[in-house]
Amino acid sequence: MEIIPFFSIILFLSSPKNPFLDHTHTHHSGKLEISFMEFGATSRKKNKMVNGNQKFRTEITALVVDDDTTNRTIHRRLLQNLGIENQEVRNGKEAIDIHSSGRNFDLILMDMDMPIMNGIEATKQLRAMGIRSTIVGVSTRSMEEKVQEFMEAGLDDYQEKPLTSAKLISILHKMNHNGSV
Amino acid sequence: MERNQLHRLVALSRQPLFDQGFLDEQFLQLEELQDDANPNFVEEVVTLYYRDSARLILNIEQALERNPLDFNKLDILMHQFKGSSSSIGAKKVKAECTFFRENCRAGNGEGCIRTFQQLKKEYATLRKKLEAYFQLRLHAAPSEKSVAEEEMAGIHLKMFLVSEAL
Repeated sequence: MEIIPFFSIILFLSSPKNPFLDHTHTHHSGKLEISFMEFGATSRKKNKMVNGNQKFRTEITALVVDDDTTNRTIHRRLLQNLGIENQEVRNGKEAIDIHSSGRNFDLILMDMDMPIMNGIEATKQLRAMGIRSTIVGVSTRSMEEKVQEFMEAGLDDYQEKPLTSAKLISILHKMNHNGSV
Repeated sequence: MERNQLHRLVALSRQPLFDQGFLDEQFLQLEELQDDANPNFVEEVVTLYYRDSARLILNIEQALERNPLDFNKLDILMHQFKGSSSSIGAKKVKAECTFFRENCRAGNGEGCIRTFQQLKKEYATLRKKLEAYFQLRLHAAPSEKSVAEEEMAGIHLKMFLVSEAL
């Protein structure tokens, strides 16, 4: 009947003892620093989640690329909740433009289906421009071929919509673990 | 009615929405994004959804009046609508979207029209139920209420719960 999500994820301090951080890796925007964060989702009875904002501070920046306002709002709130500074654009073309203007982001959440320029095309162009940010494709597309095509355009990862805190955390974990693209 | 009781009952009042399949897990995800800085996030997102999807519904309606039907266009529109419906956890609406797309792929115009009618019903029903829930939540919010006002809030809540049970 009730589905009570219960997960606890701890990201470690950026200390020399931290096995997950590769200190030889220099992120393009400087050092990737993740402070101590504890996440706990308790039962609905208590219905209160430890506010990530209070304890969590990070230098990660993100760009949300999606033509749907509802989705953009949710994705931005998810990012904000993890202490990630973020911006939004409405399609692939705007994503290209914002990069052309000199802005750069550690993480790009790229929707697939968008007007003017879709996610596949935008990803290709960003890579061609030399953008090495972590680009994660986010879509409801279930067809294998389309996802494959999307990955081949230059994605680092792909997540099915709707995005959740857990999915976002797994993305951050990968970023931290693998370093850049 | 005691404040704690009120809060608990408000939380319980939305349980039928899950039990009856109107909402799914995703709605819970949104609730978990609410905090002191964003206390009404879910209501804001739901409001946004209904505002934006109104345009999509209109576009689909217009597309359904065409002769012959452009199934590809209909499918694309519905894909978008399904996406945002699923991101707020609108389970029944999402299911109708899937049926609609199946009808599109089968080139079944009658089926599309029928499914769309059903979809609009589910869409409207969910809206009413969520609006009622948000109203209750507002009543239960901490504020400078008199004892009488709290009493009224409690009565409204009980009436709502009874009406929902029927």
